[in-house]
Formats: sequence, structure tokens, C-alpha cells
Amino acid sequence: MANTDEELRNPSKPPFRISREQAIELVIPVVAVLLALLIGALLILFIGKSPLVAYGALLKGAFGSKRDIAEMLINVTPLIFTGLSVAFSFKCGLFNIGAEGQFIMGQIVAAWIGFSLTGLPTVIHMPLAFLSGVLAGALWAALPGYLKAKLGVHEVINTIMMNYIALYFSHYLVMGVLKEPGPIPQTPPVQAAARLWRILPGTRLHFGLILALGAVWLIYYLLFKTTLGYEIRAVGINPHAARYGGINVSKDIVIAMSISGALAGAAGAVQALGVQFRFLDLFGFVGYGFDGIAVALLGRNHPFGVLIAATLFGTLARGAITMQSIAKIPKQIIGIIQATIVIIVAADEVLRRFLKSRGAATQALVEAGEVEGDGN
Amino acid sequence: MSKSSKWVVAIVAVIVIIAIAVGLRKPKEEIAEVVPESLKAAMVTDVGGLGDESFNDAAYKGLKRAEEELGFEITVVESKKMDDYEPNLRSLGDQDTDISWAIGFLLTDAVDTVAPEYPDLKFGIIDSVVEQPNVASATFKEEEGSFLLGVIAAKMTETGTVGFVGGMEVPVIEHFDAGFHAGVRAANPDVKVLRGYTGKFDDPAKGKEVAIAQFNQGADIIFHASGACGLGVIEAAKEQGEGHWAMGVDSCQHHLAPENVMSCMMKRVDVAVFDITEKVKDDTFEPTHYVFGLAEDGVGPCDRTSEHVPEDVMDEVEKYKEMIINGEITVPSTYTELEAFTPPAA
Repeated sequence: MANTDEELRNPSKPPFRISREQAIELVIPVVAVLLALLIGALLILFIGKSPLVAYGALLKGAFGSKRDIAEMLINVTPLIFTGLSVAFSFKCGLFNIGAEGQFIMGQIVAAWIGFSLTGLPTVIHMPLAFLSGVLAGALWAALPGYLKAKLGVHEVINTIMMNYIALYFSHYLVMGVLKEPGPIPQTPPVQAAARLWRILPGTRLHFGLILALGAVWLIYYLLFKTTLGYEIRAVGINPHAARYGGINVSKDIVIAMSISGALAGAAGAVQALGVQFRFLDLFGFVGYGFDGIAVALLGRNHPFGVLIAATLFGTLARGAITMQSIAKIPKQIIGIIQATIVIIVAADEVLRRFLKSRGAATQALVEAGEVEGDGN
Repeated sequence: MSKSSKWVVAIVAVIVIIAIAVGLRKPKEEIAEVVPESLKAAMVTDVGGLGDESFNDAAYKGLKRAEEELGFEITVVESKKMDDYEPNLRSLGDQDTDISWAIGFLLTDAVDTVAPEYPDLKFGIIDSVVEQPNVASATFKEEEGSFLLGVIAAKMTETGTVGFVGGMEVPVIEHFDAGFHAGVRAANPDVKVLRGYTGKFDDPAKGKEVAIAQFNQGADIIFHASGACGLGVIEAAKEQGEGHWAMGVDSCQHHLAPENVMSCMMKRVDVAVFDITEKVKDDTFEPTHYVFGLAEDGVGPCDRTSEHVPEDVMDEVEKYKEMIINGEITVPSTYTELEAFTPPAA
């Protein structure tokens, strides 16, 4: 950091300072969100409704009452897991599009363990069902990870295909061996002992949120405070250099994919054990895994960024419900807002250049020491 | 503060100002929307959502009619995912919606959970039965209507082969499948029926693929019960041109390809929604299970069937309809019942 010179010159300023590079990193997602909300507002206006009423309904839906906040957090919980899942694989240079399929496997296996075992105490049954879901997700991701590591088969293709296998396999199971007798394609309900605790009385808010927050910390610790995390990040930055440096790249790829899958599986498990209490036939992808990609992107692949991005997407998802019922705004508007955020963040290079070119003029001043800068 | 961050603040400020200005422009409309005293009716779609030209749209039609003819204030809430069913219903309950419709059996659990939380409000569910003191359930005898379409297909086919395209292999779709097969068998046991499933309800491309495969195998009439996948089935018939027919489902889908849609198996979700919503207004609402079959005009071929189907076939259809209504034929609704089904001597 080149700030030292300036600090010496001007010691009254606080030592902690954000460089312009970092500022731009932080500003891009914020600008993306605001621009997307603005575009959403214009669309709402275009269909003849009031954006203020719409966004008011959105905020009311997410924060209006204890139950609204709980519902918002219920939406946030699986997104934290799937966001972490995708972000973690990104850190290893892998693009895990298979979070959706790992989610499904986690969900159906957790539901299966949850309803099929009887007579177990909660302290055993609940963690057992949850961890089964986690394991199912991990295994579902380990396979494409192994194929990537050993045979070089691209993980994007693999994981997409694994999504479809998971979808139809779950359909096969829920229409067959796991089906509850009756006209509805669903599993029997999960035993009371396997259900996640409801942590806020009078709402559906469940213990999964605590697990998700734990996962944020755990992944942060794993990535940035352990040798494995260091290796994984090294592989992500440059696998050749990592191999040269003595890192077993193949092993790390399989491990990274497994952990990524475990997180997506955890998302499925908390939905089965905390929200639905069973597995209902899916009729198509639910989207938590795909939303996880957007969350990871918006969260800059950092665990804490993921937490913030998941909160935003969860708020939008919850708000979409009340926007429909109170303001009579079609839910697609929220889809457009989310997509716009993703486009802007994904095309951040445009924004970055824009911001940088505006900053170019100041560069000279930076060098002259008149304005603080990153000194790069 | 560096110049670049000032600049950023400026952009943000401009955006916020524009957003607020845009938001403030239309305050009048809100006042106009608040019409007190009117009854409220609403529906929650399943994950298929509006625009399926089928099931959810049919329900919406019924709700719309309740708005126009009965003066209800209506709201539609589409569900993005299964976890949304409960909160969607609650959000309607919180608005004191007099009757909230749950469209589809996927919402069974959600209605069963949410309805008791709002004992003063009423709920309705389509295609499933929920036993709560404030819930009316409406189910349909899809097999009866599908049977009649099977009769039409068997009488109209020139190649001696007809097709069925289903969405997912779930019990409701089995009703269509079994009924259609039985109808074909009753009208002409020599006609071969192809059976295909798309594995989903929301993918027209997949529906088209399955339909084209069946046309290639010699089918000339294909009946679909596959939600939005059916749009692809109809598209396929249209593309193959003359002599290739699709049969639509749930709503009248003739307008999608007037020259290539022979008939549609109407499942009058709109009638169910409208009738029961009307009972709320008349204060005659009963929390019972309503079954809509041929006798109740809840299912059957659509009105535009006669555009392509000659009178003698229509008479035949009418004959079978009466036999079903007066109990001479019990139409099978499952594959097992279909196995055991022997058509009466015509």
C-alpha cells in the first residue's frame, strides 16, 4: 500500500483507508442494484402502476412485520448456501452450475432420511437428516469434480447435465419408492424429530438461518485462514503455478467441488427440513442454484459479500409476493430487476473502465500527492 | 473524498432523484384504486403461472368474470417456487381477501396450513381436496371429457394412429391419458394410440419434439395434456400442415392454430372458480367438495369442435356423453382401471 507516504505526511488521517480499486469493487454492485431498481421503476411506470407503491409494497413485504422479516429471511437462507456454493467453486477457478442439481439431491435425501427413520430423538435425527442432504449434494458435485480433475471434462457441461439427472431422478423417486400413497406426487411428511427448530414463534423462520450464518463464517475461515483454503485459492488464480508450487491440483479440484456441492445440498436440506417438511415433485428447476450464481457474482465471491447479496435477492423474492398482492405488479418485474443486476455486475468491466477513465484525470493529482490514491 | 468517489456519489444521487421523481408522478391512480366495500377475490397460481394458455389462465378467466359480473376486486399472485405457496396465500389473507383460490394440487399443504389461520375468510382449491371449515374443493373428472376426445380422434383419424402427449406422469394427467385411451378403444378398437410424456409442463420446445416424433410414427391427431408444453404440440401440427391435428386442453386453444386444432378438452376451471366465488357473494358458500364432470358441464369438448368435426361424429359423441352421464359407462381414470375397461357394445 502506498498510503504510508501520505500517512507520514498527514498523520491526522485514520490509517484505514480504501483504495480506489477497492472502492470501485464495492461501488459496482451498489450501482448495479440502484440502476436495476431504476429500470424496474421505469417498467412499472410503463405498465401504468406507481413505482413508489410497488417498492413500498416490496419493503413492506420484506420488513413490514415480524412475519414479513421471517419470510424474507426464509428466502435468504437457501440463497446464502447456494451463493456460498458457487462462490467457493469460483475461488478454485471452477464454475459450478450444478448447484441446482446438488440442491435437489440434498433436498430429496434429507426428506427421505427425515421421514423414513422413526423413533429417533431430535438431537440425532435432525442433524442426521441435515447431514445426509449435505453429503448427497457433496457426492453429486464430487463426480463432475473427479471427471474434471482426472479426465479434464469441463465442469460446466458436466454440472449442467447432472442438474437434469437430479431433476428426473428425484421425479422418479418421488413418483415411485418415496411416494406417499394418494394422488399427490410427494414424499410423506418429515418426522417431527427431524424438523429444524422454528426459531421465531408465530413464524416459519427456522434454524437453517443459523446454519447458513455458520456456513458463511466457516467458509470464510476455510478459504482465508487454512492451508486448504490457500491452496484452493492458489489453484483458482493459476493452476499451473499452483502445481509448480507443489499443490495437488486434482485433489483440490475434487475437494472444492465436494464442498461446493455440500453447501448446495445444505440449501436443499434446510428447505426440506425447515420449510416444506417433505419433498414435493419439482415440475422443473426451482432456481435456488441458479440464483446462487447471481448471488455469488454480486457478492464478489466473498463469503460476506454473498451474505449481503443473498439478503438482497431474498428481499426481492419476498417483496415480489407482496408487490403482486398489494400493488398488483407482476412478479416478472422482480425477475427483470434481478437479471439487470446480474448483467451489470457481469459486465462490470464496462462500468470499471467508465469509473477509471473518469478517475484518469485525478491520476496525475494522485501522483502529485494531492489526492489520496491506491498508487498502483 | 477523492474525485472519483464524488463522481460516484453524483451518479447515485441523480439516480435516486430520478427514481423519486418518477415515483411521484402518478399519485392519482392510487386513489382511484381504493374502492372500499367491494368484495375481494384472488388466486395463487402454481409454479406454471399465468400465460400457460391452459390451467392457470382458465382460473384467471373465471376470476376475471367475477370481477366483471359480480364486482369483485381481484388479485393474482403467481408463485415462483413451491416455498412461495404458503406466504402467497397468507399475503392474501392479510389483505382480508374474501375468497382466495389455490390453483392446483401442489398447493394442498399450503391451503391446509393457511386456511385455519384466517377462519373468517374463505379459500378454494382446484384439483385437490382440503377438509377445513372454510375451504371449498373443486375437482374434475378429466377422464370423462378426455373420453369424448378419444371418441372424436378414433372417428376422425385417417392413418389409424393417434397420439397422446402428457406433461409429467402424475395422477391428474393419468386421468386424461386413461380417459382418452378408453374413448379411442370404445369408438374404434383398431386405432393405435401412441403415448409420450414431456417430463415437464413448461417447455413448448419439448412438447413439439414429442409431437413431431409421434407424427413421424404415423399419428395424425395428437391430444395433449401437458400445460405449456402443449403450445409446442399445437405448433408442431401447424408446421406439419394439413392432415395433422392437435387437440388442446383446459382452455379452448383453437385460436392458436385454427386450421390444425380439432378440439379441446375443456376443463372448466373458470366455471368452478366463478360459481364458487359467486356463492361467496350470495352467502351460500359451503366448505364442501364439488366434483365437475360431464353432468355438471365441468369438462367436455369445446364449442369450436364442430368447425372441423362433422355432425355424425358429433352425434356419436353426444351418445357417449349421455351414456357416461347416466352411468352406463364408467370411464377409467387410472392405468389399472384402463386395463380392466371393456367398452359397452355400441
